Amino acid sequence: MHEWALAEAVVETVLNYTRDHKGKVVEVKIKIGKLQSIDLDIFKYALNELVKNTPLANTNFVFSEEDAIFKCNVCGYMWGLKDINLSNEILENIHFVPEAVYAYVKCPKCGSIDFSLVKGRGVYIEEIKVEQVDDRS
Amino acid sequence: MIDPRLTVINKRLKDVRNVIAIGSGKGGVGKSLIATSLALVMARKGYSVGLMDLDFNCPSCHIILGIDLQNIYPEEEKGVIPPQVHGIKFMSIAYYTKDEPTPLRGSDISAAITELFAITRWNKLDFLFIDLPPGTSDELLDVLRLIEKQKVIAITTPHILTIKAVEKFMKIVNSMNREIIGIIENMSLSKTPMSVKLAKDFNTRILGVIPYIPAIENYIGSPVKLLSSDFAKYLAETANRILDVFTD
Repeated sequence: MHEWALAEAVVETVLNYTRDHKGKVVEVKIKIGKLQSIDLDIFKYALNELVKNTPLANTNFVFSEEDAIFKCNVCGYMWGLKDINLSNEILENIHFVPEAVYAYVKCPKCGSIDFSLVKGRGVYIEEIKVEQVDDRS
Repeated sequence: MIDPRLTVINKRLKDVRNVIAIGSGKGGVGKSLIATSLALVMARKGYSVGLMDLDFNCPSCHIILGIDLQNIYPEEEKGVIPPQVHGIKFMSIAYYTKDEPTPLRGSDISAAITELFAITRWNKLDFLFIDLPPGTSDELLDVLRLIEKQKVIAITTPHILTIKAVEKFMKIVNSMNREIIGIIENMSLSKTPMSVKLAKDFNTRILGVIPYIPAIENYIGSPVKLLSSDFAKYLAETANRILDVFTD
């Protein structure tokens, strides 16, 4: 599953962070843009499997989803993913490479293909909370 | 906000022995045809080879390879596995955008490059060829920055405007501390390549001089014909010189 590759990227990034910052990672906040249509259950399962036997085994992963919002660069109109109809085949293409959206979507108001994704693209780490470990004992 | 994908890009390439980016700075010099043909020639020599088309606005390697985008799609397995096409593992955004125009802006190109490198599982390869898009902007800077083990081949034609653009391209590559292993002069007009001075100025070598071959249009879309063409014969010599570089 593609979710595994992204979960692996999250785990590797946080593990790298722990190498550079002393302390125990207690919480990781992850933002998930809805454009990529991540299957959250698979993503969570992959994270749980990947953190086993690592310093992140007891880390709490907190997820927040963000709607995908687009803005037309010609007329300024803004719209969301839920405002347009895309086939399952196209959604799957966007799932793998979110920028594929530019091949299939036009501004619903003026028809321009010149638009930008304002937010809601994919997976990002918002915050890594570290608890200092008292190493005097 | 941290982009986690950046962490795994070089991990995905850990079993790839050599990464070679084919670029120019100028469009229309034959980068895609040379990158694709070199991949095919190396595969025919028995090496395990991958090819990645990074021209997101106008990908063309799949056209050279004659791929039917409706019937070939990367397999999903903890990421994506590039389909094996004519003996090479081939990855392109075209699998996902089909042949639709995809007008990406710079930041979108950067995001798509990061995504493809982060999710593609090449596994073991002797050579991964990257077909860089024309120009010296975001895509070039991203690839030079992100891919640690790459070396670069510059493609030029015997025209002063191209030579000047390739010179800029090579300066950028040098400034990013990536090694230029050589220059290929394509559509050459004489036995004395114009690119000799360029190679000398950048302390690198001429890897190949390919004359203008009008019949090349007949081989687009047919790797079998392409491999039996004069174009491929010239590139077989270039491939040998590349192998010498990596075995020196």
